[in-house]
Amino acid sequence: MTRIRFHQSLDDLKERLLVMAGLAEQGIQRATEAYRVHDLSICDLVSRSEIAINRLEREIDQAALDLLAMEQPMAGDLRFILSVIKINTDLELVGDAADAISERVRGMDQMAAAELPVDIPRMASMAAEMVRKSLQSFIDADAELARSVLTMDDAVDDMNRAAYKALTRVMEEQSHLAPQALNALMIAHALERVGDHATNIAEDVIFWVQAADVRHMKSLKKAGLLP
Amino acid sequence: MGVGIEVIDLNAWYGANHTLQDINLKIPANQVTALIGPSGCGKSTFVRCINRMHETNPIARVTGTVRIGDLDIYEDAKPVEIRRRVGMVFQRPNPFPTMSIYDNVAAGLKLNGYSNRRVLDSVVERSLQNSALWDEVKDDLKKKSGASLSGGQQQRLCIARALAVDPEVLLMDEPASALDPVSTSKIEDLIFQLKSQYTIVIVTHNMQQAARVAEKTGFFLNGRMVEFDSTDKIFTNPSDKRTEDYITGRFG
Amino acid sequence: MKAEEHQLRARFRTLTDYAATYLAVLATVIVVAPLVAIFAYLVFKGASSLNLAFFTQIPKPPGEIGGGMSNAIFGSAILLGLASAIGVPVGIGGGIFLAEFGRGTKLANAVRFTADVLNGVPSIVMGIAIYSLVVVPQGHFSALSGGVALGIMMIPTVCRTTEEMLLMVPHAVREAALALGVPNWRSVLSITVKTASPGIITGCMLAFARVAGETAPLLFTALGNQFWSANLNQPIGALPLQIYVYAISPYDDWHRLAWAGALVLIVLIVLAVSLVRYVTSRGVLKGAS
Repeated sequence: MTRIRFHQSLDDLKERLLVMAGLAEQGIQRATEAYRVHDLSICDLVSRSEIAINRLEREIDQAALDLLAMEQPMAGDLRFILSVIKINTDLELVGDAADAISERVRGMDQMAAAELPVDIPRMASMAAEMVRKSLQSFIDADAELARSVLTMDDAVDDMNRAAYKALTRVMEEQSHLAPQALNALMIAHALERVGDHATNIAEDVIFWVQAADVRHMKSLKKAGLLP
Repeated sequence: MGVGIEVIDLNAWYGANHTLQDINLKIPANQVTALIGPSGCGKSTFVRCINRMHETNPIARVTGTVRIGDLDIYEDAKPVEIRRRVGMVFQRPNPFPTMSIYDNVAAGLKLNGYSNRRVLDSVVERSLQNSALWDEVKDDLKKKSGASLSGGQQQRLCIARALAVDPEVLLMDEPASALDPVSTSKIEDLIFQLKSQYTIVIVTHNMQQAARVAEKTGFFLNGRMVEFDSTDKIFTNPSDKRTEDYITGRFG
Repeated sequence: MKAEEHQLRARFRTLTDYAATYLAVLATVIVVAPLVAIFAYLVFKGASSLNLAFFTQIPKPPGEIGGGMSNAIFGSAILLGLASAIGVPVGIGGGIFLAEFGRGTKLANAVRFTADVLNGVPSIVMGIAIYSLVVVPQGHFSALSGGVALGIMMIPTVCRTTEEMLLMVPHAVREAALALGVPNWRSVLSITVKTASPGIITGCMLAFARVAGETAPLLFTALGNQFWSANLNQPIGALPLQIYVYAISPYDDWHRLAWAGALVLIVLIVLAVSLVRYVTSRGVLKGAS
């Protein structure tokens, strides 16, 4: 095999992305855990990971740029590098979402506890599952696994919509719980974004492995721009 | 105007060496088609079958059909006639060393019997214009020899010489591989301009060059044509794993 | 230790370099010296006998002072003209056949072998052969037979040089011509031969210079002539022949004329060769190879 250095560089790039992915996944899990047990020290851990994630985003983009300029990648290698650049962005935003959730958890600490008609932990575990699967599909270059992630997004979106309805009702009818409800709504919204980012990652994996662009299929079909 | 080339079951031998095996291919008119592949894969042999230069080697043999436009070039025509309709530019520029720039460009016509001064003058000027060399040599046409130009200029001179006989097809066997990047760019720009008038087939080692100039690309390996498709498909998502392995540098 | 070693080696290399240069210069001097010596000696011995009469008069009878070699000079010119008319076309044609059309064929090998053998035939044997083939049937000695003998002697050199010069034309140049749709014969003549022409002309001049000084074949063919003759069917004088006759004669006066003749012969050969070079180089373009 020729171009050993180049293929080594591709492997290194994948490794670094997976490190970042691990941090992002961990961020979601920790933020969810902090919510569940109201432990502020875990929020600190999330904030620290956030810094590492941001640094990695810059490094990976730079490495990818160098590879594009120096190695003239083609076909599968080119699609791989492009997908790394895109997944990079989504992972950083997942990290941001985890950070936002942990901020909300800190905020909750100032408020009285409240029973709310919304199952944040369940939503969180679904979103986390989506992230885990999409990253596994990247590790294994498994387009089928990636496609299964796409179908999970609807469930998370539905849960978010239901949460919105329930929590606005709480804010209207039990206005003293409004701060808590708003908090929970923002957490739900962050988790919905996590689901979207996991979807994006899965779409990028499908692009890399199958050279197929499956983004926005529904809306484009609806607008009659796709068969 | 250029014409399309149709190749059917082409096989070629050098002595006992089966250099090309069962090549089937349609090269579209007025486009640039690039042929890529590792050394020894048969792509140069292939283009030399299109202008019947392959058979100038005494141990060479060809079977199969090659049609240029409607003409079956092996059954219905003589090699000399075909070579007037199919021009060729070689890897190393090869202007005639004893001739002036003017005589080099006019060589194809003069050696085939044309002697009208005015016709030759206008053909020489037109060809040099078309190969983007006119401005650089118009004052020295008869004073300087073809071999006194720089490498890039020599190659453009060879292109002008090929164009002067007004072919329909232009074959280029790694035309820029002996040139520096600036000259290479000039040649590539030239190819882009020429394709509206000619059908161009270019053999190249340089995949980025194929990607830059060609609409269609064919990948040759061990005497067979593995894949032939639009250039952007070959380079972003080839159908055959061998193609992918070659262009990503996993071998070759 | 290492640094000293390097220094010694460097010194040794420099010395070897100087020694080699010195030897090369010495070798050159050894090669050129005899030529210079001969020429100088000829000038010394012959220049004093050169006068206008030498070039305008025919030889005087033995005993009379003066006279010249105008007939011999003219005769040599005629003979060499004839020889070239035979040797150059046949030789070049043969060379073209060997290089371009007959490569690898048995016929070509036979032709090449024949040319090599012909080259090795002693010039006196050539004279005898032409005597039997031309002089005897004709019944008399003649300039024609002399020209034929010299011409045949030119053929092998011209032929082999032409073949070699043609083979040196790069394959790329021939391919360029063929790819333009030029028929093979046309490509050979107009491109390949033209490209090789400086070398081919050199081959012709080498052959010319060689036969210009041949004496033995002329003994049995042109025979020599003390009087002025421009008739191809009559014996004719030639400079080498005349020099030979004068040199072995017992007359001092004739000896002086022989020296002068030798000087003139060499000078004329050099002039002829230079003239050809000058004329052909006028047609070469700036920067052409």
